[in-house]
Amino acid sequence: MFNLSAETLQLTDRQISSDISLPKSALAREHEPFFAKLSIRNLNFFYGKSQALKNITLTLYDKKATAVIGPSGCGKSTLLRVLNRMYDLYPGQRAAGEVLLDNENILSPTIDVNVLRARIGMVFQRPTPFPMSIYENIAFGIRLYERLPRSELDGRVELALRSAALWDEVKETLKASGESLSGGQQQRLCIARTLAVKPEVILFDEPCSALDPISTAKIEALIDQLKAQYTIAIVTHNMQQAARVSDFSAFLYLGELIEFDKTTKLFTAPHDRRTQDYITGRFG
Amino acid sequence: MVEHTMRAFDSDLQELAKRILDMGQSDLQQIDDAIEALLKRDTVLARRVVESDDLIDTQQRDIEENAIATIARRQPMAVDLREIAGALRISNDLERTGDLAENIAKRVLLLTSEFCIDEVMLQLQRMAQLARVQLEQVLHSYQHRDVAVALEVWRKDREIDALDNSLFRELLTYMMENPRSITFCAHMLFCAKNIERIGDHATNIAETVYYIVEGHPVPEERPKADLTSKERMRETL
Repeated sequence: MFNLSAETLQLTDRQISSDISLPKSALAREHEPFFAKLSIRNLNFFYGKSQALKNITLTLYDKKATAVIGPSGCGKSTLLRVLNRMYDLYPGQRAAGEVLLDNENILSPTIDVNVLRARIGMVFQRPTPFPMSIYENIAFGIRLYERLPRSELDGRVELALRSAALWDEVKETLKASGESLSGGQQQRLCIARTLAVKPEVILFDEPCSALDPISTAKIEALIDQLKAQYTIAIVTHNMQQAARVSDFSAFLYLGELIEFDKTTKLFTAPHDRRTQDYITGRFG
Repeated sequence: MVEHTMRAFDSDLQELAKRILDMGQSDLQQIDDAIEALLKRDTVLARRVVESDDLIDTQQRDIEENAIATIARRQPMAVDLREIAGALRISNDLERTGDLAENIAKRVLLLTSEFCIDEVMLQLQRMAQLARVQLEQVLHSYQHRDVAVALEVWRKDREIDALDNSLFRELLTYMMENPRSITFCAHMLFCAKNIERIGDHATNIAETVYYIVEGHPVPEERPKADLTSKERMRETL
């Protein structure tokens, strides 16, 4: 149409063709269907007269990891203890409400607690290997539920150790004592022991709080893998760990469930002020 | 907001916010100087604007380093995380804004002939004034975490776009009528575009402020009235 002089073209602005705009739905939440593995309905829990859990309603989804966070004494560990009926061991402790495992109320007195504890396994804060060989640590649990020929038992022990990412480190020393392993290895041994009885749900109660960062990373990587097959609940004081390993997070405070949401949402834009204060380190 | 149990974290965040506001002030000064240099054809002032852009670049680098160090030290979550991610984004927009002011100043150095159209200069001045107010307002909204003001800035950007559109047509008409005006008008086209982009960066910042406070992006479609894109230019010609 018209001629632009060379002088005009001397300087071309680099932004003339760029059109920067922020991604519109960076936080848009996809709606996937989730299957409820464990449904906690109106759960109340009492240590004698003191109430530790107040009307908790919460769902653990199948093949997802749910983190339970909250300050000390908020009821996190109590919640896990209810989920596999650990409290049965102590008189004076009582739960009211419903916990449905595949639609069956596990708080019902008619439930077989031993079977339940195989279906819902638990890994504790401190590694608790039995004072026996590595092999026996795993085989012991299996024998409680099943009678297997030796060769099959060997296979199951190997599978459990492999699933817990421990096999390569201990396959030459299966006869050595479980207590001879390092802390991180002991914890993975306990996870293997839990996996050996083919659970559906695994409860982790601060599984890394006694471990160094490398062992912690190994356990976290393991949890990440186990998620594909199991429903996982993890109690942790480490917020970053909760953010790293879980799909959903629940914040408990003074025995109440304050907030439950997808982990990405809860750690970037929590709904409740108390959740925000806790995860940002503003709790007095 | 309640203070962090770790007080030092609060001062980290305050320091970051203060640096952003300082950088914003540098931008405002650069815009004022660039426009003044353009209106008065003051090459000395224009040169100073070009040289001062280094300061803004340094300010941005400092903010980035600061933000990254804070992330490493504090592992921020929720509003703190949004706060720091927001500071990174805003510093980026402010750095670009500085570049745009510098571009205008560089134009002044290229305008060798005396040729001038007063109406065009007036219109440019009006646009620049509007963009400057937008930037000032959005910095205010950042300082006070005021979502209402941020949204106001966000919506008002269409006014600058509208001015840019009308100036664009005006300049085309001048160029078609008088070939001697082409050099001048072409430079002014770029200046107008630069100012329009300053407005866009203010809008970006408004979106970031909204995100920091609310935790999700502005739910509405972004208002857009900029019609000077290539496609539109083809239509006009």
